[in-house]
Amino acid sequence: MNLAATAGNPDWGLIAVLFVCIVTLIVGSLGLRLSRTTSDFYVAGRSVTAGWNASAIGGEYLSAASFLGVAGIVYSLGTEMLWLPVGYTIGYLVLLVLVAAPLRRSGAYTIPDFAEARLQSRPIRLVSSLLVVGIGWLYLLPQFQGAGLALATVTGAPPATGSLVVATVVLANVAAGGMRSITLVQAVQYWLKLAAIAIPAFVLLWLWLRQGQPLPTVSQPGGPFAGAGIGFQPREHPVYATYSTILALCFGTMGLPHVLVRFYTNPDGRAARRTTVIVVGLLGVFYLFPPIFGMLGRTYLPTLPDGTRSDSVVLLLPSAMSPGTLGDILSAVLAGGAFAAFLSTASGLTVSVAGVIDQDLLSGRLNRRSGGDLPRTHSFRLATLVAIAIPYAASWLTPSVSLADTVGMAFAVAASTFCPLLVLGVWWRRLSVTGALAGLAVGGISAIGASVATVVGIGGSTGRGWIGSLLAQPAALTVPLAFITAILVSLATPGSVPKNAARLLVRLHAPEEVTTGRHTDT
Amino acid sequence: MPTLSLLQLIVALVVSVSLASVMVRLLRRRRFVSPVDRATYETLHTVSLATRSLRDGLTPEGASKATKHLRSMLGSSAVAITDTATTLAWDGVGAHHRADVRAQAEPVLTSGRTLVLTERDMTCSDPDCPIRSAIFAPIVADERVVATLAAFGRSTSAGLVRATEELARWISTQIELAELGRQRTRVMEAELRALRAQISPHFIYNCLAAIASFVRTDPDRARELLLEFADFTRYAFRRGGAYTTLRDELQNIERYLALEKARFGDRLRVQLTIAPEVLGVAVPFLAIQPLVENAVRHGIEGKVGDGFITISAADVGSHAEITIEDDGTGSDPDTIRAVLAGESARDSVGLGNVDARLRQAFGDEYGLVVETAPGAGTKVSFRVPKFAPGVTLGG
Repeated sequence: MNLAATAGNPDWGLIAVLFVCIVTLIVGSLGLRLSRTTSDFYVAGRSVTAGWNASAIGGEYLSAASFLGVAGIVYSLGTEMLWLPVGYTIGYLVLLVLVAAPLRRSGAYTIPDFAEARLQSRPIRLVSSLLVVGIGWLYLLPQFQGAGLALATVTGAPPATGSLVVATVVLANVAAGGMRSITLVQAVQYWLKLAAIAIPAFVLLWLWLRQGQPLPTVSQPGGPFAGAGIGFQPREHPVYATYSTILALCFGTMGLPHVLVRFYTNPDGRAARRTTVIVVGLLGVFYLFPPIFGMLGRTYLPTLPDGTRSDSVVLLLPSAMSPGTLGDILSAVLAGGAFAAFLSTASGLTVSVAGVIDQDLLSGRLNRRSGGDLPRTHSFRLATLVAIAIPYAASWLTPSVSLADTVGMAFAVAASTFCPLLVLGVWWRRLSVTGALAGLAVGGISAIGASVATVVGIGGSTGRGWIGSLLAQPAALTVPLAFITAILVSLATPGSVPKNAARLLVRLHAPEEVTTGRHTDT
Repeated sequence: MPTLSLLQLIVALVVSVSLASVMVRLLRRRRFVSPVDRATYETLHTVSLATRSLRDGLTPEGASKATKHLRSMLGSSAVAITDTATTLAWDGVGAHHRADVRAQAEPVLTSGRTLVLTERDMTCSDPDCPIRSAIFAPIVADERVVATLAAFGRSTSAGLVRATEELARWISTQIELAELGRQRTRVMEAELRALRAQISPHFIYNCLAAIASFVRTDPDRARELLLEFADFTRYAFRRGGAYTTLRDELQNIERYLALEKARFGDRLRVQLTIAPEVLGVAVPFLAIQPLVENAVRHGIEGKVGDGFITISAADVGSHAEITIEDDGTGSDPDTIRAVLAGESARDSVGLGNVDARLRQAFGDEYGLVVETAPGAGTKVSFRVPKFAPGVTLGG
């Protein structure tokens, strides 16, 4: 498997990846200094503006799955997958309309915080924490795979080495306290990633125009371009799969562990809304580019070398279109961008997951064992190790599922668990503790079960027949199921509705000036 | 491919099982215990559960949670707690007796002595009812009988009477402790009110004198300073919740520092390093201003030459860390320890009060950390969680 020959000069790629790693580590270690804006006066003027915060959300959100996976899945499964980038963006629209401002007003920093504040129950906090960890791991898994893939494609190293390198970089970075919620750093990441994908895309489009706009040679009925849009390995029940995926993406975004954390930086609910609007715009711009790579890939790489995953089409395309220095440079830029995407998302997720493991699952127990002698950083570092080790181990155990599909599962689990909790929690006064727990349990077990079945490949016939489709795209079934369970059980157990629900909902929905009596005119 | 995936599955299983076993071993390292020890531990555990339910004193919810644990400790068929007005909780079989309990408890509430009711005193239409006798023990707080603890069963024994009495005495202690906690909260609220009203007369005098000195030479600055002074007092005297955002608190500190600068001029140098991410964190109202006031007092007033004060708020994950540092005279660590322990009321209500309010709001691990030595300046820091249950702005 000589991938190096097809993906540009390995030296260039290696330099780009090393560059990204070193810059990330340096920024991480300087992080604390960068995060402190020094000034003598005027605290009020120093709030994080909606634009910066939106860029930071985009920087943390755009992952290796966005950078490589979208192009790969459009390349292999055809134009119907164009819904995917739309879905990745539209989740923020749903977030905006349904929960953005109320969540900010709740004062919660994480989803378990919101669950505890809204329902006044420790068990529900614990269940939410476990789910955050699970979703985080499911989302981290494709990040490790994608990074291994990027490194393998540009340098020819085996994927396991690549994953190990990046797991180590993320571990070092997070344990050293870097990449925290430093808005500025994450915001710059977004613009770097946009540049790293947009510039090569424009250059390749220009090459394509100069070469006479060749269209994919596909012998399918219905015209040349229509044929090109059909997938290599078409899925069964494509209509169901598409709708189910869109549903998962629409409702899953609000439940991702590293998304809500960022909204805390907004000064108030109104700013949270403004930020979300800008995020939708920024993501929309970014997602214009990956499909271009997918379609150009159809033209210039009608078949991929054996043993190569379709996710690597972005990295292989430049050399295929323009062998030589230009191709090498573009490949290196794309590899660096993919690596940056991987590192920022993985760091953000790891911090969120490790934070939850540390705070809710580990810290109290360790303190009880050690009599509180252990420094707090120790337990956080231990949590970071756990947060990275598990998805890393899983990443080389499950090599066969595509990046966008695994990410899709993380979205499906988030949509089936946290979406009902958040939406009902924000909008429905009669949500009871028992109902919320039942909803989480039913949605969580069904969606996680389906994901595990797909990842492990039960029966070896995944993706075949209705069962396979349902297991691969469970959201269309599990999301309504979780909602209905939560609603019905809540109606049946009015006794466990928290007492202050009505008062809390007023606080979530009324503007801050009303509820806190704070004057903003000073 | 199937053999490979089977192999992978086995590896995954082995890895996760060994990881889990290591975790379990780390987390619960148990030693062999004798039955007596185990009984002791179990009783202590039940006691701790009951303690938690009684933390707020004798409320209906707390009492009904506690009775469950109390019944398992006494081993009786049913347990009830009655206060002076009504039966608060009943746990166990024979709930139809609940209606009579209040009346049966009356003599105990008036006399304060334990009462034993035998089969003759208890009437029951159900021949199979296990509630045949009862023990009523008084719960005494502040030398008043405030409630009774009743244990019901087929028969009574001297041991059960003794156990019920002891348990009632234990509940009495818990109620007194809860009352103590409530009083502490009230004291703290009173202190906060005092803190609000207690902008020191010196500060007001110094401010006005400094402003007066600018009236002729720099009327614009004098006007600005007067407005700062007005805003500062409005904030300090405001009514509203016990919490505010770090943003509002820091804004007020800026006003305070502007006024102090008018007085000290270039002698006072201040550096604010604030991570903008943490400006929305909820902090107790007037939690930082007293610390800054202390820093100004120790950093400048007590010494010759310039004073340098650093105020920083950093983002450390799920927490914000706030630090106030001065390069002034410093103090003896033992003095500060005494202030924080509430043993000395020296010059600062500030330090002890802020420490107590932080602990009350967020828990004991969130108190003030003071690093100081004579001649070495003072550094006061504390952490605030970004989210804490029960801590909300306004309301």
